[in-house]
Amino acid sequence: MNFAENVRIALRALAANKLRSALTMLGIIIGVGAVVALMAIGTGATASITQQVQGIGSNVVVVFPGKLRRGRAPTSEAAFMYYTDYEALLKNLSGITGIVASYQIPGETVTYGKTSVTPSIVATTPSYSQVRSATVAHGRFITEGDRSVRARVAVIGPTTASNLFAGLNPVGRTIQIAGVPFEVVGELTSKGASGFGNGDDIVILPLETAYDRLLGSKAVVNGKREVTDISMSAVTGDAVNDVMVQTERIMRRQHGLKLTDALDFTVLSQAQFLSALTAITATLTVFLGAIAGISLLVGGIGIMNIMLVSVTERTREIGLRKAVGARQSIILIQFLVETLVLSLTGGLMGVGLGWGIAAVLSAANVIQARVTPNSVALAFIFSAAVGVFFGIYPAYRAARLRPIDALRYE
Amino acid sequence: MIDIKNISKVYLLGDNEVRALDGVNLHIDKGEMMAIMGPSGSGKSTLMAILGCLDVPTSGTYTLDGESVEKLSENQLADIRSRKIGFVFQQFNLLSRTSALDNVMLPLTYAGVSGRDRRRLATEALQKVGLGDRLHHRPNELSGGQQQRVAIARSLVNSPAILLADEPTGALDSKTGAEIIGLFQRLHAELGQTVIYVTHDPFIARHTARVVRIADGRIVGDEVIEHPLAAGTPRPSEQALTENAAAAGVAAPAVEPAAAPPVAPTPAAKTAA
Repeated sequence: MNFAENVRIALRALAANKLRSALTMLGIIIGVGAVVALMAIGTGATASITQQVQGIGSNVVVVFPGKLRRGRAPTSEAAFMYYTDYEALLKNLSGITGIVASYQIPGETVTYGKTSVTPSIVATTPSYSQVRSATVAHGRFITEGDRSVRARVAVIGPTTASNLFAGLNPVGRTIQIAGVPFEVVGELTSKGASGFGNGDDIVILPLETAYDRLLGSKAVVNGKREVTDISMSAVTGDAVNDVMVQTERIMRRQHGLKLTDALDFTVLSQAQFLSALTAITATLTVFLGAIAGISLLVGGIGIMNIMLVSVTERTREIGLRKAVGARQSIILIQFLVETLVLSLTGGLMGVGLGWGIAAVLSAANVIQARVTPNSVALAFIFSAAVGVFFGIYPAYRAARLRPIDALRYE
Repeated sequence: MIDIKNISKVYLLGDNEVRALDGVNLHIDKGEMMAIMGPSGSGKSTLMAILGCLDVPTSGTYTLDGESVEKLSENQLADIRSRKIGFVFQQFNLLSRTSALDNVMLPLTYAGVSGRDRRRLATEALQKVGLGDRLHHRPNELSGGQQQRVAIARSLVNSPAILLADEPTGALDSKTGAEIIGLFQRLHAELGQTVIYVTHDPFIARHTARVVRIADGRIVGDEVIEHPLAAGTPRPSEQALTENAAAAGVAAPAVEPAAAPPVAPTPAAKTAA
């Protein structure tokens, strides 16, 4: 008897009790759907973070205070960087095309008329445009001139612009930042918002303006002006390593650290930064997938349960099949195929469900979820494995029934 | 062509030995129509299981069509059942939610017969039992008698050497039962395979040409019936009533036949010594 015949017998048996077959599959459908959807969310998060970091610009090296431990967020054990560090790097670094010092201003409100928003506010230097690949769609970026006169000007991102000005051209208008008026001189082009956080919801000010006109003593630590990060773009990709080495040397000297002292700052290339972040999200994805895998396991147990009940209920039928000539192996194969059909069909529908969930989430802009061929293949293989593993025992029980006893079963 | 020598079947229930069959000898010729009769617990079901290759004896030999089958493996027994044996059961044992045609095709599927041939043979079998117009009906759409006919068609579809019928009329009313017995007799006359009834009912048993009586695991009687009853013959008690009523000029009331009629020998049967 060939395989196709076995499949046909199994399908006929399953079709004879459609409701039970459907309910049995439900566990697998949900389990596979969960695996596919959650892995899609994880993959989407990884992709968007990658995109955002890559949007910073290649060949970029970033220095920021505190130590970054692999796989975890950077600590802020009272580590600081200063404007003087920036000046030292500016003077001594070779092999760079630009260097930017930034100060991230925490939690201030930006107001236009009656509308208030809380975008990310960054006080920085004009090289930001080149080093961080931020281009202007309307108006202009901040300039050296703005820095020297401490001009109260600002460049805003497209999302902030639409939140505050609702389609009006923002250039030339005045916004209030923490009560201080600033003139909008430019609007950035969109960097593509996706995943967590919105890179287009941003306000950029000249660094010295912020120090003198906005922050006052808030940005002074240990008697010195503070910066939250310094980035530079290396001339070429090959120069990145050398720039990192130089930076560490200069910073050590600035902070009075000997070669044996631990660093109180971290120097990262964009590539390292990226890999640190993706390590986090990759771990998250695997974790999510594992949790979903548990529900798949439960679905498998459900299948085994139902198949055992099914075998008991069909004892007389099995006895009859044996009486008319079915070998033990044929009965085993029949029930195993029935379980496999259930688990594979459930797997297929689960993939559809997971894909649907990912599509809905992406469309509703909750989070961009991407279904990968890998996760689909994984889910499929898993549901087949579940089918075989949890189907073997009931099939074995069925095959081993003694025909004469089975025929008399009440 | 069935030769059973000194067959015993022993079960161990805790410390006790239960001898379901004890030294049974039986010879059955090709084409015989016979009955194995005994009360419940007599071992007739065990004997049927061994005859039908559903079970192996603990000791003794069983030669079927020249083949020695008492020591075969489960797989080999399955093959023999597939090729040589047809079963009819008291509870019909049809696959539910499955058409009559699919039910009858089942043994052929296990015998490896191709799809088209299966369909043809099954259709012919169903036509032979008078259900040619109900090929696609499911068991729940058929009466008890029709279901048993489907079962009979299934038992014959692979042209078996032996047809074993376990209380085939047990779940049917007397009229339908008589139809089924008549069908068996007709098919036997037409096709000539060996037919073995297994029953507790002497009245049913006497519709065959030979009655082997079994009790307590042993053969206690082997009687040739020279004039087997024709299907539709009323049971003795009913007949007696009808005769008496006719003699008295009164129409006989409709009587439900007793479940276990007394064994009253009909004038037609002659008992062999």
